[in-house]
Formats: sequence, C-alpha cells, structure tokens
Amino acid sequence: MNRRALRKAKNAAFLVLSLIATMTGLACLAAILWTLLSHGLAGMSWHLFTQMTPPPGGQGGLLNALYGSAVMTLLGILIGSPIGVLAGTYLAEYGRNSRLSTVIRFINDVLLSAPSIIIGLFVYEIVVVHMGHFSAIAGALALAILAIPVTLRTTEDMLNLVPVGMKDSSAALGAYPWRTTLSVLYPAARSGIVTGLLLAIARISGETAPLLFTALNNQFWSTHLNAPMANLPVVIFQFALSPYKDWQDLAWAGALIITVTILVLSISARVLLAMLQAGRGSGR
Amino acid sequence: MAIIDPRHAAKQLIYERVFRSATLSAAILVLLILGGVAMSLLRGAWPAISHFGFSFVAREIWNPVTDEFGALAPIYGTVVTSVIAMLLAVPTGFGIALFLTELCPPLLKRPIGVAVELLAAVPSIIFGIWGLFVLAPVLQRHVQPWLIAHLGHIVLVGKLFKGPPFGIGILTAGVVLAIMVLPFIAATLRDVFDTVPAMLKESGYALGATTWEVMWNVVVPHSRVGIVGGIMLGLGRALGETMAVTFVIGNAHRISSSLLAPGTTISSAIANEFTEAVGDLYTSSLIALGLLLFLITFTVIAAAQAMLRRLERRSGAAV
Repeated sequence: MNRRALRKAKNAAFLVLSLIATMTGLACLAAILWTLLSHGLAGMSWHLFTQMTPPPGGQGGLLNALYGSAVMTLLGILIGSPIGVLAGTYLAEYGRNSRLSTVIRFINDVLLSAPSIIIGLFVYEIVVVHMGHFSAIAGALALAILAIPVTLRTTEDMLNLVPVGMKDSSAALGAYPWRTTLSVLYPAARSGIVTGLLLAIARISGETAPLLFTALNNQFWSTHLNAPMANLPVVIFQFALSPYKDWQDLAWAGALIITVTILVLSISARVLLAMLQAGRGSGR
Repeated sequence: MAIIDPRHAAKQLIYERVFRSATLSAAILVLLILGGVAMSLLRGAWPAISHFGFSFVAREIWNPVTDEFGALAPIYGTVVTSVIAMLLAVPTGFGIALFLTELCPPLLKRPIGVAVELLAAVPSIIFGIWGLFVLAPVLQRHVQPWLIAHLGHIVLVGKLFKGPPFGIGILTAGVVLAIMVLPFIAATLRDVFDTVPAMLKESGYALGATTWEVMWNVVVPHSRVGIVGGIMLGLGRALGETMAVTFVIGNAHRISSSLLAPGTTISSAIANEFTEAVGDLYTSSLIALGLLLFLITFTVIAAAQAMLRRLERRSGAAV
C-alpha cells in the first residue's frame, strides 16, 4: 500500500512539473508578445510608413526599410521558390526511389536547419567579393537560398499526397509526365504548394544575419538593386543597440510589424493546410 | 480516334526532356549549394588557416591591431551558451511534450500545440531585442544577485557565479537561447511521442502503470532514437543561432570562469565584426570562424537527421 502511494505521489509530482513546463513555455510567448505590443504600439504612427529612417538622434519612419524588406523578400521568393518547387517535383515524381534523391533529401533537411549566418558568408564570398560592394541583389540571393529547402520539402510532401489514381488516369490518356505534372499534379496540390510559399516567406522575412553582409543597410531611399538597401531586420538590429530613444522606439515598432506579418503568414499557412485536409477527408 | 501526329509526339518528347532536366538541375542545385558553401568558406578562410595553422582553434587571443587571432574564446562561448540552453530547454520541452501527448484535454491540445509552433516561427531578432530590454534587466536585478549571494561561496560551483551582475553575458545568452529552442524541441518531441503505437501505451495502463510510468518505461524507451535526434536538432539551432545571442552576449573575446561575465560566440563575433573588419587576415579569420561553425553544426544536424530518419523508417515498418 505504501509503495502504491509512493508511485502515485511520484506520478503526481512529474505531472505537476510537466504542467509547470507548459505554463512556462506559454508564459514566454505571452511575455514576448506583450512586450512587443506595449513597446511597438507606442511607436506606431503614420510617420513609420511615410518617412525614411532618421539620422542619429533624429525622428523619422521606416519607409525605406519596409520597402527594402518587401523587395528583397519578394525577389528571394521569386528566385528560390521555382527552384524549390522543381527540385521537389523531381524528388516526388522522377527520382522517387533513386539514390540521388535520398542524398538530396538528406542534404535539404540539413540546409533547412543550417545557421543562416553561414549562408550570408557564402553569398558574401561568391557575390559581394566579386562585385566589390554590398547590394540588394546579394541580399535577395541569400534569402532565396534560405527559401529553397522550405519550398522543396513542402512541394515533395504535397505531391506525395496526390492520389496515384489521378496520375495513372492522366498517363492512360497518353499524357507525358510533364503534362501530368503541370495539368494534374500541380493543380491538385496547389494549396499545399502555396502553404509552402507562405512558410518560406515567413521564414525569410525575419532573417537578419544573412543580410548583415550582403544587403547591409542604407539610410536613404534607394531602389537600386545593385546598391546597399535598407531592410527592416538590420534596421531593428542597429537601432535597438543604439543609445537614442527615438531609434529604439522605431526598432520596437519594426519588431512588432515583422512579428505580426510572420504570425499572420504562419497562421494562414496553417489554416490553408487544415482546409486542404478537411477537403480531402470529406471529398473521398 | 485520330491517328497520332508524329510531329506532335516528337514535340511532346522534347517538352518532356526539357521539363525533366529542369527538375533534375534544380534538385542537383541543392547539392551544389552545400558544396559551394563548403568550398567558398574554405577558400575565404584559407589565408587565416595557412597563417595560424592548427593553433587558430587553440588560442584565446583576438587582437585586430596586431593581427593575431584565435578561435578558442568564441568556441568556448558557443559551446557553453548552447549547453546552458539545452540544460534548461530539454527538461522543459520534455514536460511540454508530455503534457501535450498524455495530459492535455483534447480541446486544448491543438491551441497549445499551435501556440508552441508559433513561438518557433518568431524570428530570432525578436528574441534578441526582448532578451536585451526585458530579460537582461530582470536577470541583473533579481536572479544574478541571488546566484552570486547563494552559490558564489560554494567551492567549485562558486567560480561559475562570481563577479558583478552585468545583466548581459554568457548566462543571459544561454537563457535566451533556451527560450528560442524550447518550442522547437517541444514540437519535435511531441511528434516523436506521437509515433508510439497507442496499443503499447494502453498495455502499460492495463498493467496498472501510472501515466509517468507509461511515459518513462514505455514511451521513452520506444522513441529513444527520435528523442536524441530531436534534441540534437535543437542543439544544432542553438549552436548556430546568431541574432538572439548577439544582443545579449556582450561581445568580449575572453574566456572567463564566471557565467555572469560577457563573452562571445562564433556567430555573434561574425555578426558584430564582419562588416567592420579591415585587413585580409581579420576578414579571413572571421570566415574561418564561419567554417568552424559550419563543420560543427553540419555534424550535429546530419547526425540528428540520420537518427530521426531511423525512427521514421522503423515506425513506418511497424504500421
């Protein structure tokens, strides 16, 4: 009887500990969101979207940084996602069981969690050193390399979910695999692939380390892809570490904008995926 | 049905070849990227490697003025902050995964799971700025003085908690890292625990085991490989994390016995100094640090992936 009480006590102790652990995790999320909201909302104003980043001690907005982030993220996705989607198509359709695919899948998973600062150094070595200066295009390339593994992984997973019968039907009609892929598989897996794109955008739009030595930063309005370009993460980094109150406020406002963007993207990706699964469940 | 036009068939074949090679080249590009990363880092680091040789990883000195560089302090900082992060995040992540798989009311399971995953999506720079402005002052005012007063006098352990409470430093960086990798570890462990067949767990319960006993004697042994894999994946993240650490580490190139002292890590040294580095040897030494980080994280992540794959194959075979 005593032994049983001991076992029960031990069980209760560990269950309470796991409850505390969960509370701690959720408390961290709440604390971070609360700080972001309270500091970020205080810095919110129209100036953020109409004025350039200010000189030291001055006042201003984040317009050039927002524009730069949008341009580089968009370029990164435009370059990276087609490569990721095509490579995912190869893994799911052409080389499903080949040795090469096994290796590529493994390498891709390693790249998925590789430190982004390494990618920044890589692009610095192959682009910035050769061009002789920092540029927006180098930043976009670094982001593209980070977007590839995400889109590759989701594309392969989503194509694998398409029922084999659809593929076989298309082949039976005499369609070559390329036609089947473009006209049957991609439409069938469309929302899945879009989910991958959203996740990739969420992943790269907050990246700071790879932009530090590729796109650098620019205090002024610039649309030249061949020149350094302002971007939100690097501006946050520099402004948060500065001694000026105005700069720090801007950093918090920028941090709130980035986080809200990324959370909205992640949540929409999740909703899209849930809708996809619900449709699959009821449809068949 | 019409007779197939031979020209049409030939055109189809060409399209097919073009599409197939396009997908194949994209897939091979992934391999080339990894190879390119290794090659370009090696080339960029070569001046430093040939100048310092093996002593680069064994020396603590980091002096841009006299052009003398050693990687020991950043390596030390990287390892120690990651160890602190894992010590804090692994038990907590384990607790969250246990809660989500065994205890949580079904109604809350999804919302809490999603919340944990969303925490994983928050970019690292947010953790950094939060660590600097919120966590560091709290640690400085409340936690660190307590550590110094209560643990500072114990014989060996005391050395870890000596000196003034700076707020920023190795310990703070470790705590921020822990919060950063926590959702990641929790989500991976939850997925790993979910691969355990319900029948095994129910057999345990049927024998009268408590929830904890089923967890410790059935679930954990069954998913051991996956647990280690998930933890190592988290470790890979912690080792390579840049922005969260850079804000709170203090960027001091020295090894201090105290965890409260400022330090540096490989990634934060690169992030802080790269754009300001003048001279080929300085830049090259920073790239050599990058090469070291690449080798360390690549090994850890590759081992983690190999383990998770083994688990996947096994659970696939069991079904």
